[in-house]
Amino acid sequence: MKEIMLGNKAFARGLYEAGVAVASSYPGTPSTEVTEEAAKYDEIYCEWAPNEKVAMEVAFGASLGGKRSFCAMKHVGLNVAADPLFTVSYTGVNAGMVICVADDPSMHSSQNEQDSRHYAIAAKIPMLEPSDSAEALAFAKRAYEISEEFDTPVIMKMCTRVAHSQSLVETSERITPPARPYEKNIAKYVMMPGNAKKRHPFVEERTRRLIDFAETTDLNRIEWGDKKIGIITSSTSYQYAKEVFGEEASILKLGMIFPMPEKLILDFAAQVEELYVIEELDPIIETHCKNLGLSVHGKDLFPIVGEFSQSLIAKLMGRKANPSCSEIEGRPVRPPVMCAGCPHRGMFYTLSKNKCTVLGDIGCYTLGAVAPLSSIEMTLCMGASISSIHGFNKAQGAESEGKTVAVIGDSTFMHSGMTGLANIAYNQSNSTVIILDNSITGMTGHQQNPTTGYNIKGDPAGKIDLEALCRAMGFERVRVVDPYNLAECDQAIKEELAAPVPSVIISRRPCALLKYVKHNKPLVCNTDKCVGCKMCMKIGCPAISIRDGKAHIDETLCVGCGVCQQMCRLDALEAPEGGVAL
Amino acid sequence: MTTNVMIVGVGGQGSLLASKLLGQVAVSQGYDVKVSEVHGMSQRGGSVVTYVRFGDRVNSPVIDQGEADYIISFELLEAARYMSMLKPEGRVIVNDQRIDPMPVITGAMDYPEDLIAKMAAAGAQVDALNCLELAEKAGSSKAVNMVLMGRFSKYFNLPEEVWLSAMEAVVPKKFIEMNKIAFDLGKNA
Repeated sequence: MKEIMLGNKAFARGLYEAGVAVASSYPGTPSTEVTEEAAKYDEIYCEWAPNEKVAMEVAFGASLGGKRSFCAMKHVGLNVAADPLFTVSYTGVNAGMVICVADDPSMHSSQNEQDSRHYAIAAKIPMLEPSDSAEALAFAKRAYEISEEFDTPVIMKMCTRVAHSQSLVETSERITPPARPYEKNIAKYVMMPGNAKKRHPFVEERTRRLIDFAETTDLNRIEWGDKKIGIITSSTSYQYAKEVFGEEASILKLGMIFPMPEKLILDFAAQVEELYVIEELDPIIETHCKNLGLSVHGKDLFPIVGEFSQSLIAKLMGRKANPSCSEIEGRPVRPPVMCAGCPHRGMFYTLSKNKCTVLGDIGCYTLGAVAPLSSIEMTLCMGASISSIHGFNKAQGAESEGKTVAVIGDSTFMHSGMTGLANIAYNQSNSTVIILDNSITGMTGHQQNPTTGYNIKGDPAGKIDLEALCRAMGFERVRVVDPYNLAECDQAIKEELAAPVPSVIISRRPCALLKYVKHNKPLVCNTDKCVGCKMCMKIGCPAISIRDGKAHIDETLCVGCGVCQQMCRLDALEAPEGGVAL
Repeated sequence: MTTNVMIVGVGGQGSLLASKLLGQVAVSQGYDVKVSEVHGMSQRGGSVVTYVRFGDRVNSPVIDQGEADYIISFELLEAARYMSMLKPEGRVIVNDQRIDPMPVITGAMDYPEDLIAKMAAAGAQVDALNCLELAEKAGSSKAVNMVLMGRFSKYFNLPEEVWLSAMEAVVPKKFIEMNKIAFDLGKNA
């Protein structure tokens, strides 16, 4: 029976059916649900690793140990894991190993729009690219067969529209792959120069065999239609092209994007009048075709930036636009905002009020850069806040040390913040680091991490003590504040910036969206007291607006955190009877 | 023939459950179905859009300009935002709630007036109702999604059991009764 399934969930089902035994990942949109869904199968050991490099090395270890293994990450996570990636290509695997990387064209939830297909080419690792949920499930299983047959890890490249779209799948039973005992093999698994020199030719030879495989595998298929237009495409672009042309064009759909076939493409090209390559982001297939000497339309027509859609392709290939209702002018945008009751708000307001220079990091709290808080001035990648403040202070000196802070979330700190903090402790800049500890990995939808004390299944696990960790690194000044308490935040920031030694402030309160967090009753504006001074609007809470010149609190959003009450000099924002205010 | 439905609102309003329900209904009727969601950053109080497409064969998971038959919206401004996605004479089913976006909260922009009339003038058939009030009547302000889906069900010639059994497949057991009440209130309002 067919059922409707999210792409990422279908991928997880494929892992289950392929007999995967070990999965280790770091969450990252749009890859997160693959591992979350895999964790629902008792047969698969699943974990959240502190970062993607660790996750990939865990997966490699499990493959070495003879079990089919898996790791997942978003596109920028693969940058973090690039170190093991390039060399696991040389060692190859014992049991099958699959790496999921999920790209985010249009950057729905990412800091860049990199095209991960470059990694497959650079690391010489085969890459499969499903175009819907059914293929996510089927390709996951095929990826393990390829991995074991060709002694290579295999990358499965997802993108937002495949990962986060639901479509129909058919499931089957789990297989138990034959046991692959671990055997000591220094020449294969110890990548020092003498051994690696012998493995590199193996990698080149493997790629040649994989090209032969690509010529005939059903992962690549031709759907013949009208031969006036020939389209080479993959992933979600295939779905858009198919939607526009149906049988009115011939389509070569590539399910395997590295290595690409040569003869198959040349034969296809020879039978069509005009050849188009439709692919999002960089011209990877197009470049391959041009290297084969073919004349193709690609990025001369289609954008290199952003996602595609059927309408975009139709328009760029000369079809008439659909009639539609007309636009309504003057619509304010609705960017994402910190939630009502978000514990980060009080800290960012305080930093803003103290005119601090704030170097930020990756997480929900990146929204501290948005008006009216407009606090964060730099966000680059996971962990960069802490490493960069050290460089910033070394460049700027004492003046900057007295007003600059780094802010980083608990999960991001575990991911890539610790090494930067070690650098501050070691090379001694008088830097102030604020760990925004909301006791969860928030942005990606509430995953546990090494500081929360729970594992991926929600069972009790090891718990790293942030205060003890910072002290062990040599920080003498480590203090904890409650970000709902503005006076406490203000005092801590002033004192730690003034202190002549580096310090860590841990701003601790759980994410307001966590199920176990108890909310207070919504506050109410006493319109007799409110004079409409808009002081409460400075914290940028989505629950507060001005109606008829007075503050108005949306009772469906307010969780009674009480931060706005501390802004109001007239005590106009009141807790209802029986409610508890801070 | 493919039917294209956009479900739009403000992050956190419960649009994912609405799209799950509609996807489930379409599957139960033997259609090919695609549902496309956005998770992550945009969920944090920003505009959220979910596409539901069903028919004999559906390739693309997204809906673009002039393709939507229906827009189901949890908020007025969010419905108005996507008028160019709607087919001429397409239908808008909208909760008439107003939620100020940050540019309005900070005073940089005004919340547009008379949006229902403007949507009609743009060429849409507008069905606006106070879903929040009906949801609260059903027992929770969170049930706005089921009020909207109940309303939406009026435009499809499907027996109510189809919707209710799909609801049983996607809604946790302890909330079924409340959701059924909300669905009926929307349908019969």
